[in-house]
Amino acid sequence: MVNHVMPSSLKEALSCIQDGTYTLFAGGSDLMVQHRSPAQIPPYFDKNICYIAQLSELKYIKRDDDQIRIGAMTTLEEMLDSPLVPKLFKDVIKDIASPGIRYVATLGGNICNASPAGDTLVYLYAVDAKVCFESLNEKKILPIQDVIIGPRHTILKQSEMVTEIIIPQRHDQYQTWMKVGPRKADAISKVSCVGLAEIKDDIIVDFRIAWGAVYKTVLRKPEIEAHLIGINIKDIGMHIDDMLNRYDPWIQPIDDQRSTKIYRKKVAMNILQEFIETIGRR
Amino acid sequence: MKIKFTLNQKSIEHEANPSSRLLDVLRDEFHLKGTKEGCGEGECGACAILVDGHITHSCLVPLANVNNRSVTTIEGFRETSQYRILEEAMVEEGGSQCGICSPGMMLAAQSLLTKNSHPTEEDIRDALSGNLCRCTGYNMIIKAIIRASKRGEGLW
Repeated sequence: MVNHVMPSSLKEALSCIQDGTYTLFAGGSDLMVQHRSPAQIPPYFDKNICYIAQLSELKYIKRDDDQIRIGAMTTLEEMLDSPLVPKLFKDVIKDIASPGIRYVATLGGNICNASPAGDTLVYLYAVDAKVCFESLNEKKILPIQDVIIGPRHTILKQSEMVTEIIIPQRHDQYQTWMKVGPRKADAISKVSCVGLAEIKDDIIVDFRIAWGAVYKTVLRKPEIEAHLIGINIKDIGMHIDDMLNRYDPWIQPIDDQRSTKIYRKKVAMNILQEFIETIGRR
Repeated sequence: MKIKFTLNQKSIEHEANPSSRLLDVLRDEFHLKGTKEGCGEGECGACAILVDGHITHSCLVPLANVNNRSVTTIEGFRETSQYRILEEAMVEEGGSQCGICSPGMMLAAQSLLTKNSHPTEEDIRDALSGNLCRCTGYNMIIKAIIRASKRGEGLW
């Protein structure tokens, strides 16, 4: 018999999950499909469930010096409505699903679902977002790339819950978001990408690129990005082949129902080339 | 487990498995058959309802997540003056043919107009992006919503 708990505070929720037997249930837009049963039969769960979507303590968006802090149960539509959420992040969110899903889907849920194609994750990796997670006795803050370790896997223990996402404010002159999918709404990405670049006096001072759906997690390689830092944008054309070659072994997409690895790889490489060329055309 | 919520303006206390799909509870327990099951995975919008006034796919919502919230189905929305304006506009523009998407389309329109009473065509296309229609090709529905937003000036 599965136990259902609807805690009314974060503390109550953390006490509830302390014994490690609970699945955390946020907006439900992934879990209700993953655990779907035939019509008229409740979705099948073999673990106890703790419903946290309505924890008001985890619904907020705040500015704190040069970072934005977002409570884990904030929905995607609430983020679109907030003047504090950066424009590029809103562009990403607008391309996710449809309003009916965005009103229930939460940012914390998208992180814990840990899909290699998770669209918010591509942005969060690119900007070096941090994830705060808590158990009853401990609170930890780690970079998002250290929290997600594989398809549908995070380092969180059963007694821990993501409570906050911390996003640094950035001022990149070049920002790109690209999502390749079969249609504009409701599509899970075949390939997605966020590119950021900051230029000072024609010199690249920061360059970042993160991809979704080309690797077992969202892919970002700061050690490769570093090869473009310090380069004059007039000379950037000479570095394109080198950058494509460096990324090549890391772009390892799969064949699945949404696309093929050949198509995904070609598109990922084209996006990289296009983004670097855009910076050079200034 | 008892779940308390407001359904079409009435306070409800319902004993059920909290992970039950709201869609099944509405159709089977409350006999509100205007809420349809199409795809069952949040892509078609046939099961759309309003939760606290916002469009939501009831196939993706466990009953637990509407505890203490307000749920409106097409049967409840039908009693409002906004509904009448939208219905008139849909009839005049030919926005409903077989009708299976219509409850979801009407509620998607209501969710949009509540937030944005003077939407652009692009706003409407985004608002309807989670609702599929296999008959009209959407343009008539979009025209109907534009017509309703003008005729219902001040209502939203």
